[in-house]
Amino acid sequence: MKQFLFFVQKEFYHVWRDKRTMFILFGMPVVQILIFGFALTNEVKNARIAVWDQANDKISRGIIDQIGGSRYFNIGMNLNREDELEQAFQSGKVKMAIVFPSDFESALIHNNQATIQLIADATDPNVATTLANYATAIIMDYQTSRGRIQQIPAIKTEVRMLYNPQLKGSYSFVPGVMALVLMLVCAMMTSISIVREKEMGTMEVILVSPIVPIRVVIAKMVPYFLLSAINICSILLMSVFVLDVPIQGNLLLVVSECLLFTITALAFGLLISSLTNSQQVAMLISLMGLFLPTMLLSGFMFPVENMPVPLQVISNVVPAKWFYIISRSVMIKGLSFDYVWKETLILAGMTLFFMLLSVKKFKTRLE
Amino acid sequence: MTGEIVISARDLTKRFGDFTAVKAITFDVMRGEIFGFLGANGAGKTTAMRMLCGLSLPTSGTAQIAGFDLATGSERIKQNIGYMSQKFSLYDDLTITENIRFYGGIYGLTDKEIKDKTRQMLGTLHLEDQAKTITKALPLGWKQKVAFSVAMLHQPRIVFLDEPTGGVDPVTRREFWTMIYEAANSGTTVFVTTHYMDEAEYCDRVSIMVDGSIEALDTPLKLKEQFESSSMENVFIQLARKATRSNA
Repeated sequence: MKQFLFFVQKEFYHVWRDKRTMFILFGMPVVQILIFGFALTNEVKNARIAVWDQANDKISRGIIDQIGGSRYFNIGMNLNREDELEQAFQSGKVKMAIVFPSDFESALIHNNQATIQLIADATDPNVATTLANYATAIIMDYQTSRGRIQQIPAIKTEVRMLYNPQLKGSYSFVPGVMALVLMLVCAMMTSISIVREKEMGTMEVILVSPIVPIRVVIAKMVPYFLLSAINICSILLMSVFVLDVPIQGNLLLVVSECLLFTITALAFGLLISSLTNSQQVAMLISLMGLFLPTMLLSGFMFPVENMPVPLQVISNVVPAKWFYIISRSVMIKGLSFDYVWKETLILAGMTLFFMLLSVKKFKTRLE
Repeated sequence: MTGEIVISARDLTKRFGDFTAVKAITFDVMRGEIFGFLGANGAGKTTAMRMLCGLSLPTSGTAQIAGFDLATGSERIKQNIGYMSQKFSLYDDLTITENIRFYGGIYGLTDKEIKDKTRQMLGTLHLEDQAKTITKALPLGWKQKVAFSVAMLHQPRIVFLDEPTGGVDPVTRREFWTMIYEAANSGTTVFVTTHYMDEAEYCDRVSIMVDGSIEALDTPLKLKEQFESSSMENVFIQLARKATRSNA
């Protein structure tokens, strides 16, 4: 046991003295949260739009006021002719135009239905869709609020955005970033630190010494496990206080699931280190084998349901997918363990499998 | 030398696929002996040494190290041997004291023993002022001397040195060999590989490996007589020329 503590102490020296690694370890989660939180987002704020109000009646003006008053839109142009509409899009000054037909009010009253045209610049399809959805929601909203005062005949649709009523992007990426950071910190750093000893030649000396190899491996994991625990705290704190993403579920459950995933990542790091002999290869495998699948196949950036079937099947072996489902359910939906035990079991099973495999593969001799 | 055998290898063989790196080597090493293990690059020295340290499993053959069988007693053997590799074996980003502490710790020394040993070692090596220096900042010769002292920390019965003086200046090399003599005088068996023929002259007995086999084994004096040469260098060249394997 004392042997083991000496080893852990040595590992802490390595991590502590390597300022660049420290910077990556603690800087990366902060930078990623900030980038994903503020730069890479589907949310649209203050989009410039144009209005062509041919009707110019009470209802059309009411809707325009409502839209212009929201924080998503900024009415930057009032159009009067069709060619102006085209020009507005061509110049790129507006992202969307709202067109009311001249018979808007009468159609609504006499035919019980009227159409508002939403024309969006779909060169960026995500923004276009988002804007159209926002505008539709606002128009619906206006209809219902008016409907209480005077009967406006219309088809009533009701849309409710569950768990994330403001459709905030940060709700989905906080669990995703957590998966990424844990994978990177635990898997990459652990594998590199083991492989570095092989490269330096110190592994030979350790293998000749009486210390049991499995203790070496665990001692190497300890510092990264603790660092990850700190990172989990900082990510959760930032998500609550910087990004206003509340933790709906049981905090203890969230943290335990995160720690489980940390161990999964450590097991992966160990597996990589027992298969490679150079730091570069370990780094490449971590990036290609873990980072990319975590990013692309976990469902965090692209929904798994939309992928071709082979990719959907592959995504099942990406541990981050299960962690993402768990953390989203617990953190955002506030579900209890009863709802995620299956995913937790899968993740725990994977962890156990990789742990056993890598310990078995860990070479206690040089060949 | 007391005549007690501490290393005894019998037909020790290592094959990598079709390639036989070490061909059935058989030899004995006595307690307190300085045993020189010579051979050209690729002759199989390092592989043979790794088998003796338990870093590599022999394909066939047996060996007794410090009284324990290589196949069954590897954990006991580890307690009784020290090892200094060809590559640098200290941690560059730890101070000298921290390196000593770490290796002392994994060999199970107590805190007090580690403290005493550290003070003693720093005194012997005149490194008191460098105790808190990061190892990276030390000259190579000093590092090698520290590495040797660290390998001797737990007072092993046998210490294996794999080209310990490669790239070190002649003065430091001489100092290094003084340390080796001291270790041997205190009863530790020194098993050393080297490419320097002047160092071969310092050994009690020398074996010369060619193409995986031991071609000669005796005291430097007797080897020189046997090969009618004035120096070990001549003996070595005569034998190494017979090699048919390309030099790695």
